[in-house]
Amino acid sequence: MSNHLIIAPIITPLLVAALQLLVGERRRRTVVMLSIASCIALVLLAAALLQSVSDEGALTAVYRIGDWPARFGIVLVADRLSVLMVLLTSVLGLALLPYALSRWQHRGGHFQSLLQFLLMGLNGGFLTGDLFNLFVFFEVLLAASYGLVLHGSGARRVSAGLHYIAVNLTASMLFLIGVSLIFGVTGTLNMAALAELIPTVPERTRALLHAGAAILGVAFLIKTAMWPLGFWLPRTYAAASPAVAAMFALMTKVGIYVLLRLSLLLFGDGAGPASTHFGSDWMLWGGVATVAAGIVGMLGARDLAKLAGYNVVISSGTLLGAVGLHQRAVTTGALAYLVISTLAIAAFFLVAGLLASDDDDNTDDSLSLEPYEQLDEASAGEGLYAQEDESRVVISAPIALLGGSFFACTLLLAGLPPLSGFLAKFAMLAPMLETGPRVGAMVLFTLIIVAGFCTVIAMCRAGIQIFWADPDRLFPKVRVSETASILLLLGLCLLLTVVVEAPLRYLRDTARQIHTPAAYIHEVLPPTQEPSP
Amino acid sequence: MELVLAAAIGVLAASGVWLLLRPRTFQVIIGLTLISYAVNLFIFSIGGLRTGADPVLRDVAGDIAQYADPLPQALVLTAIVIGFATTSLFLVVLLTSRGLTGNDHVDGEDGTP
Repeated sequence: MSNHLIIAPIITPLLVAALQLLVGERRRRTVVMLSIASCIALVLLAAALLQSVSDEGALTAVYRIGDWPARFGIVLVADRLSVLMVLLTSVLGLALLPYALSRWQHRGGHFQSLLQFLLMGLNGGFLTGDLFNLFVFFEVLLAASYGLVLHGSGARRVSAGLHYIAVNLTASMLFLIGVSLIFGVTGTLNMAALAELIPTVPERTRALLHAGAAILGVAFLIKTAMWPLGFWLPRTYAAASPAVAAMFALMTKVGIYVLLRLSLLLFGDGAGPASTHFGSDWMLWGGVATVAAGIVGMLGARDLAKLAGYNVVISSGTLLGAVGLHQRAVTTGALAYLVISTLAIAAFFLVAGLLASDDDDNTDDSLSLEPYEQLDEASAGEGLYAQEDESRVVISAPIALLGGSFFACTLLLAGLPPLSGFLAKFAMLAPMLETGPRVGAMVLFTLIIVAGFCTVIAMCRAGIQIFWADPDRLFPKVRVSETASILLLLGLCLLLTVVVEAPLRYLRDTARQIHTPAAYIHEVLPPTQEPSP
Repeated sequence: MELVLAAAIGVLAASGVWLLLRPRTFQVIIGLTLISYAVNLFIFSIGGLRTGADPVLRDVAGDIAQYADPLPQALVLTAIVIGFATTSLFLVVLLTSRGLTGNDHVDGEDGTP
């Protein structure tokens, strides 16, 4: 079976990015058009994939690269979870595009192609069914993210970027050590084959396997920013330009996705008595510690971008704890929370970027090297950008719009009714109460409620300082395209408040699917396919 | 042979970690490089150490245990390429940071907020 639709979300951004590099920075309009086309195509592709995995017959679709059988070649697997993440990535990429077009892309080169490479890495990471291939896609998305985090330059950005790169390079080394340990024990890196082999691993080498899995887990926990591995996050995200930070809101979720997938696939209920739920207590208590650290950081945060960064930390911690609980109903709610919190945090980063943009322009000590080009050429370039910048239309009453968006973000992030943030949080928290008296679940439950409360406090304080404390404050001019991004993201959250039934049913099926990995294994490795190598 | 390799990996990794925790960028990048050497050797050794064994089956007859596992070698090749690329990227950022902040600290002593 060769369903080329599955590989399309990886190939499309790759080709577009390569084409954009060929076209060059000078022909900006072509590059932008390519980006828009690619993002729209990605959303359509993801929707088509969603359609194809939604009907009961084909829950999982497998694509064998080069048509090699699964044990020898690399497979891409599209099941409900990975398609959900691909759709989220594509929608976020499309929604951020107008904002990035309005002024941020002019602060440095190759913004659009880096964004496409990032999308490729994200989609690849979600779709792959092989651990080493996952490493490769992680490196693709990380390399693109290094470029993006430095986008716009300036001492603060470069200094934060330096830490970000050092931390992630170290995490990649841990990733490799974990992968090679697992390979050494089992002799395969295919996730489905691993899931099949783990119950049969002899007792002698099981400790080695667990060590490998734990080291691999640490690599992902660094990306998820679990306390105490996540100190790099708020500073990096606050230093990155808003559009990039909004895209990065998804990057911590990649770690969550992998942890969710691997912990349920490799160490699910069928992994043998010694390995069942390996590491889930660590994730649960790590999540609890992360939420607590996020609360402290958020209450102490003094600027909006840091506040948004700590919101990312809290959302990671919440999801980690929920993954660690290993309950199907909790997973359903956690997936809903993942989607909503990603969209809301992205919107909040954009709003924060708009509110801070005036200060940023004045104090940002951007790169001041000696000019390579002749001066007249540089100014001609400026004129070219100004001419091609199609988003000069300015909204007259920015305060109403910014205030409204800020308020909506607060409701969504704190999980207050009536918006979808509340629904998602409720869907996650209600099953936690039904799990019986488990200490971890109770602590996590309490902390999530407290985190919501503290989010309200921190956001209210920030809102009062921005919108009410200084009546003479001049709000920066807001362009239509910037607004379009924010409204699109918040509009999606609003839409998910009204349209609940179908998405929730999809998420419930997703949770059921990832909690019963037998079908996944069967789909990737059909039993009759090969007469045992 | 196992002992020598294990000791080499251990010494490389330990020196790398120590350098990684130093406050200047040059030490950090050398530390990262040493760690990546250690990791590469580690991946290489995971397929088992054999002297003079072919990685590819020569003829159909023969015991499969006589051959070296080719997959770790492919993995280590990929890891080397990726590690090289990211290290060179890190070098560029390091130089930019040096140019912008005027010093080469990574421990927060560089005067940026």
